[in-house]
Amino acid sequence: MQPLFQNGGGPILRFLLLAVLSIILMVADHRDQYVDQVRTILFTAISPLQYTAALPARSAEWTYAQFATNRALHERVDRLQRENLQLSARQQKFETLLAENDRLRELLDASAKRDERVLVAELLAVDLDPFRQQVIVNRGSRAGIYRGQPVIDAGGVMGQVINTGPFTATVLLLSDPDHALSVQINRNGLRTIAAGRGDPERLELLYIPNSADVRVDDLVATSGLDGRFPANYPVGRVTEVNRRPGQAFAEVAVRPLANLDRSREVLMVWPDQGQEEARRAVHEHPDFEVEVMPDGTAGDGSTIVTPESTAPTPPADDATVIPEGEADDLPGEGGGEAP
Amino acid sequence: MIRVLLPTITLLCALLLVMLPLPDIITPFRPDWVAMVALYWAFAVPRHFGLFMAWMAGLLLDVSQGTLLGQHALGLVVITVIALHMHQRVRVSPLLQQSLFVMFLLLLKQTLVLWVSGMIGRAPDDPWLYFASPFVAMLFWPLIFVILRDLRRRYNVG
Repeated sequence: MQPLFQNGGGPILRFLLLAVLSIILMVADHRDQYVDQVRTILFTAISPLQYTAALPARSAEWTYAQFATNRALHERVDRLQRENLQLSARQQKFETLLAENDRLRELLDASAKRDERVLVAELLAVDLDPFRQQVIVNRGSRAGIYRGQPVIDAGGVMGQVINTGPFTATVLLLSDPDHALSVQINRNGLRTIAAGRGDPERLELLYIPNSADVRVDDLVATSGLDGRFPANYPVGRVTEVNRRPGQAFAEVAVRPLANLDRSREVLMVWPDQGQEEARRAVHEHPDFEVEVMPDGTAGDGSTIVTPESTAPTPPADDATVIPEGEADDLPGEGGGEAP
Repeated sequence: MIRVLLPTITLLCALLLVMLPLPDIITPFRPDWVAMVALYWAFAVPRHFGLFMAWMAGLLLDVSQGTLLGQHALGLVVITVIALHMHQRVRVSPLLQQSLFVMFLLLLKQTLVLWVSGMIGRAPDDPWLYFASPFVAMLFWPLIFVILRDLRRRYNVG
């Protein structure tokens, strides 16, 4: 019988080959996204293992829920009901504000904002590399999760999806040293970048001049300029402003509002689709022109009549993309095919 | 068939153990189960356990841990090729000596992994803590050895 792997010259050659291949993979993985396909395939292969590894924690939770006392449950229901009442009261106010905001935006002829679509996902209790700030969630591409998708929890922004399998996805947390997002100080709209430092309790604001108006306890929210995170989601609060006279920039620390190391349920967010698609179309095809229909007609010809106003309807749904060349051809030389 | 199947299954079980959530305090001390199982098969059936399998196990470990693709794979391939080279000497030595040898190899792998982490700027705050894991692995080696040997004998591998 021919031995499959024998001792001799073979292993050394094979070793060198695999070692070089590993190094190439590492470089490619670090530098760029060349090996994402490979990673996705392997990630899919181990997702059953991830679910199995999360089983003990989940069953412990289930057992705990089974043995929770009646009283504890009653208290919990009471608390949740109170919370629900408060939230729905706030929601009513929010609705009216939203309607008013829409109306004002229409008057200004600005593009309307639709509600973002969200999906609740649970974290899988799986241990990852302790040097990286990542978590695994139990939703994947089958649920429409995509790479770069924003993830939030009850407190604020948590991070973004960096890798998807069919049933699971990896989320890079805000606090990872590789993560940064575009934010603004809520009080005065000062735009800056919040970068992770490997500590779930601390982010850092970059490039803040010593003279900038930043105070402790300022709310920091997403600015939406990065094209990934929708605008105006809370990120954190400023905890420390250290102005260094010798240096160009001040050192500003922010404590994330999301429970980066404690949340169990998170929300996967689909940002405003119309805006996103329009932006992407412009970004990816500079030759293309995003056509905005100024009259009250949607793309399919139906007229949109809003009860509140007869002002021009913003084209939230129907940002029609027409290639420039074709658009030029359409009205003038359209007769070319007629005869 | 079983010659490939048994190492594969045990490696997957080891991967599961690596992913199992532990309290944060003891996470750095978690022994590298995948590397230990790979080393066992390299010592026990060097003719059937190849470098490629160790490499694949390393890649799966990388994906499950979220490290750079190839980081653990490189470490595993390096220690496996050493183990394959030394298997005749290690196999006949007493368990204690084996444990020491395994610890040495795991230290080597941990160094490689941490080195790469450091190069891409992800060095942990207290890297010395992470060198404790090979010592814990040394304590667990006799257990792993006995379990895997019994499995190997029952299924007549090698």
